[in-house]
Amino acid sequence: MGPICLSEIAHGRSGDKGNHANVAIIAYTPVGYAWLREHLTADRVRAYFAPLGPSRVVRYEAPNLLALNFVLYDVLAGGASQSLRIDTQGKTLALALLRMPIEPVEDVAAMLRSEGISHA
Amino acid sequence: MKARRVRIGNGGGFWGDNLDAPVLLAEQGELDYLTLEYLAELTMSILALQKQRDPKAGFATDFLDVLERLGPALKSQPNLKIITNAGGMQPAACAAQARTILQRSGLGERPVAVVTGDDLLPRLDELLQAGHALAHLDTGQPLSVIRERVVSANAYLGAKPIAEALARGAVVITGRVADASLTLAPAVHELGWAWNDWDRLAAGTVAGHLIECGAQATGGLWCNWKEAPNLEAVGYPIAELEADGRFRISKPPGSGGAVNRETVAEQLLYEVGDPAAYITPDVVADFTSVRLSEVAADVVQVENTRGLPATDSYKVSIAYRDGFSASGTLVIFGPDAVAKARACGQMILRRVERAGYVLEHTNVECLGTGACVPQVIEAGAEPPEVVLRVTVRDTRRGAVDRFAKELAPLVTSGPPGITGYTTGRPPVREVFAYWPALILKSAVEPVVLGP
Repeated sequence: MGPICLSEIAHGRSGDKGNHANVAIIAYTPVGYAWLREHLTADRVRAYFAPLGPSRVVRYEAPNLLALNFVLYDVLAGGASQSLRIDTQGKTLALALLRMPIEPVEDVAAMLRSEGISHA
Repeated sequence: MKARRVRIGNGGGFWGDNLDAPVLLAEQGELDYLTLEYLAELTMSILALQKQRDPKAGFATDFLDVLERLGPALKSQPNLKIITNAGGMQPAACAAQARTILQRSGLGERPVAVVTGDDLLPRLDELLQAGHALAHLDTGQPLSVIRERVVSANAYLGAKPIAEALARGAVVITGRVADASLTLAPAVHELGWAWNDWDRLAAGTVAGHLIECGAQATGGLWCNWKEAPNLEAVGYPIAELEADGRFRISKPPGSGGAVNRETVAEQLLYEVGDPAAYITPDVVADFTSVRLSEVAADVVQVENTRGLPATDSYKVSIAYRDGFSASGTLVIFGPDAVAKARACGQMILRRVERAGYVLEHTNVECLGTGACVPQVIEAGAEPPEVVLRVTVRDTRRGAVDRFAKELAPLVTSGPPGITGYTTGRPPVREVFAYWPALILKSAVEPVVLGP
């Protein structure tokens, strides 16, 4: 199996808090969550978004939702009112992170979303 | 006799949201309460300036249109109550106009109550002198650094004064309150929860957080949105809470959109920091405790919510003047659309320089090349055209005014292939920066007025 995008094993949503953003990444399956927990570290997310200049990245775990929540500090170039960027509120950060290529893994089939069905 | 369950629907997630949504939700949602949320972080600064110019202004006027249109639904549902933070900087003025509209609609018997006391601006110096530093929540800087530029300062009040207002009014209009408290208050009022029953207060807070952004819980923003039928007719969210704290998220039958584990989980984590400690004035809710289950089509049950005692402070949202800004766009067609667009952007800025202004902050973006996350996503192949977007911010209004006049001339005096200049000169807006702080609850006195 070749490389895939994070979006094949997870979905998510992002938003702003002043000059900070949060990016929630939610696995489709428990196997996918276990993979995310091990591989999608705060350091990796910080490196991915390095061009946006986050001062630090903190990762929180919500296993009940199969989710990781990343808080990217000082990443919005001033935030809703002051930022000169088109995406002043970090609305697109989750979709950007979901485009991250991830390495092939043996049990990737157990991480994929079943067509049209959300997993319990 | 306390109710066993209460149905609360949110018909608006921000000022500018769909105007038909609250009416449709009230007609089709079989609601006990309709909530309407209007105040984003910086909305109060805009309302504060409106109030300065006109003592009767300073609230979310959209609400009055909505209230007018809700007339028939309110008439056929005598028990339907409305809770909204549309009061903004002027809840009493908003309530006065709401009373007029209700009377005109033959609903004059519905009492309107007001929650206020959130506005700290008139007391700001007194509070600072009393030792409340209102230091910036992130940087720790004292407010004195920007004191002279402050235009608004509001504490986020909690559910308690709203619940008190519900004992007196069928329509409750508030100033700044925590968004989730708009939902928690009617839950407490109807279900008789105690103000130290942290698990149930957390449950009501989770319900409020899930529905406060309107359609974001029912298919809006959902990553798998293509599976949401009729998103154009999306139903707005309903939380049906039971006395034990369990609740169900749904939407009106037959409406568009979707409610499932994915839409609810995405919204549960929206704009959240530590999910184990979601802090409101009412409780510290632990989002990592909740269990989600799909119990029927477009119905998600949320249970097992845990909470911890509320903190001793309110969050305060302060806005201060921070110069002026303008942003203009032009469409640049190829060849070499990207390089040409960047050259055009620089040309505009250099012309402003030649006019005597070196702008303090500038940004040239080529929309279509990954500008939403610059240098994070590879742009890929050269696009046939891009949108050039030039944005500036400066403490001098004159500098930004001059910038706003330098986009149009490029259409005839720049490279070929420039189009899309149809919207006129970009507006120059005043910038209000955001200053989050905390204040001890003991220093703030929520006030309930009316009817």
